[in-house]
Amino acid sequence: MTEHFLDVKNLQIHFPTDDGLVRSVDGLSFQLERGKTLGIVGESGSGKSVTSLGILGLHKGGRAKISGEIWLDGEELVSAGAEHVRKLRGKKMAMIFQDPLSAMHPYYTVGDQIIEAYRIHHKVAKKVARKHAVDLLGRVGIPQPDKRVDSYPHEFSGGMRQRAMIAMALSCDPTLLIADEPTTALDVTVQAQILDLMRDLQRDFDAALIIITHDLGVVAELADDILVMYGGKAIEYGTAEDIFERPEHPYTWGLLGSMPRLDREPTERLLPIKGSPPSLINVPAGCAFHPRCVFEGRTGGKANTEVPELAETEGGHLVRCHLPREERRAIWANEIKPNLESA
Amino acid sequence: MTDPLLSVQGLEKHFPVTKGLFQRQVGAVKAVDGVSFDVFKGETLGVVGESGCGKTTTGRLITRLIEPSGGKVVFEGHDITHMSQGKIRPLRRDMQMIFQDPYSSLNPRHTVGAIVGAPFRIQGVKTEHGVKKAVQDILALVGLNPEHYNRYPHEFSGGQRQRIGIARTLALKPKLIIADEPVSALDVSIQAQVVNLLEDLQSELDLTYVVIAHDLSVVRHISDRVAVMYLGKIVELADRKDLYESPMHPYTTALLSAVPIPDPKRRAGRERIRLQGDVPSPLNPPPACRFHTRCWKVQEICKIEEPPLLQLAPGHQVACHFPENTPAAPDAMPAAAAQT
Repeated sequence: MTEHFLDVKNLQIHFPTDDGLVRSVDGLSFQLERGKTLGIVGESGSGKSVTSLGILGLHKGGRAKISGEIWLDGEELVSAGAEHVRKLRGKKMAMIFQDPLSAMHPYYTVGDQIIEAYRIHHKVAKKVARKHAVDLLGRVGIPQPDKRVDSYPHEFSGGMRQRAMIAMALSCDPTLLIADEPTTALDVTVQAQILDLMRDLQRDFDAALIIITHDLGVVAELADDILVMYGGKAIEYGTAEDIFERPEHPYTWGLLGSMPRLDREPTERLLPIKGSPPSLINVPAGCAFHPRCVFEGRTGGKANTEVPELAETEGGHLVRCHLPREERRAIWANEIKPNLESA
Repeated sequence: MTDPLLSVQGLEKHFPVTKGLFQRQVGAVKAVDGVSFDVFKGETLGVVGESGCGKTTTGRLITRLIEPSGGKVVFEGHDITHMSQGKIRPLRRDMQMIFQDPYSSLNPRHTVGAIVGAPFRIQGVKTEHGVKKAVQDILALVGLNPEHYNRYPHEFSGGQRQRIGIARTLALKPKLIIADEPVSALDVSIQAQVVNLLEDLQSELDLTYVVIAHDLSVVRHISDRVAVMYLGKIVELADRKDLYESPMHPYTTALLSAVPIPDPKRRAGRERIRLQGDVPSPLNPPPACRFHTRCWKVQEICKIEEPPLLQLAPGHQVACHFPENTPAAPDAMPAAAAQT
């Protein structure tokens, strides 16, 4: 048992393939409480989406080898039967996908799809469920919900479709909501609307929210805690302030240096990370990030032989790096931070 | 003032909408509807806007990948709007395009050498030490290993593929490069690499860019001047600093305030302008000012009369009846007159 609402312990999700074992998620642990938002950040192939599907039990019955523990509200999900997890899905935990056009069935009206989800978990008459669907569509800001409930997904615009999908995810009052790149497919003005909506709804529903994205701006808007993933592992984990104000992992520095920012004077040059993300079949030995790390030489030869531990640096801020804590802080303060802010 | 390298005047592209057995035309999508701007040698013009605003179509019209319905494209003094394919071919050497998707814009059955060498073959360009040497030089220039000459696109990562696309673009040493969303398909760390590469190449080879993108922060980073498009029209065109620091068009203001800021401390204090709804369909755009359905400053006149694109400050053009941040004594003159 555990006192956290969601407690993921040493989660591993591996896929055997003809080319070798793909270690998509390799020993991931985090906790989340109701009413809080966790942002999972990483590049493509870092394992962030596989993690979310794993929590929802969507890898069950597939080829994935899953180990570790996922505790949701006092229940362990990795060892639970697929049928049991299926009953929790939709009711207790729900997902908002990136692309609402492919996540919704094109042959059924939006209303039908919400009604179906609701009636699977609640024994109510169709009329009652329909009323509920109309209420939800109104709640997520769709105009004339009593008419739009009979529209098909293709009759909605991108932003409206994403709203409808959020309504669908909320239909059974889930306590854990996972949003996988919820705004990536949207225009920036619509993205702002959806982020606002998600923030409001989370407060009203008192749900735990996991938001998965590659966009550091989006997590900074929403997340209380942030988990940075690289090569299937967490490499830094802390509060949003920890990650943005005093990041300690060279990869996080690289992400911050790669982003042009509107809120600061434009810098002459971006400071990218060299190389490209690793293949998960062939994760580099030792620290997965060492081939791209500028400070690899300062670790005393440990970088490519030993996998660093995810160790606490201060008050719940965890970092997976061989560099000594003092050195990391000195590098951030003297070498990285001034470059990010220089005009 | 020097002559612009590229001058676009009243450019239009209307895609017909047909219906029924006889393909009767029932309407038109006015993807680009009267766009004018100049691009000068050595500068970078950024074009931003939301999906459906016509920015990609504009790029394709400039390179004549699609035929304009009206207006003029003048490149180095040549009117290329209705030039025949045979006549325009030699000009294509000077005007190249970088595409968004590095996966679909490279032929999977051709080696890197064949892809990057194709421009030499097509244009019949003779190189001093053979095409292979020339291609390998370009590969080295964009940061790829010249020994990978015989590899296929699938052997490369997304960022490397985009470099191959850039190498092909650079093969014939063009003067103007139209880059359509050159980094939006790439991971954050790779985006920065490609942005830096584009900047290095610009100073090294004296290139002129038109960069089309939806990401306002990337556009601010690389552009000298920025044009904001909305439903087929330019609503604001200004120097980067003016546009981002004192935007005049309400739409620009709203776009800028919608960008998420990667700073959790700012979350609470930030004042946001929230636009309602989505961009209207370009099939049936709102009359008069096209932004009036979403604008918070809307008045009666916005629904009746279309605001012209006027130069309200030096180098700052805006199409709005109620512009913000205007200089104290606005001596407005039509944009066209201001250019001459």
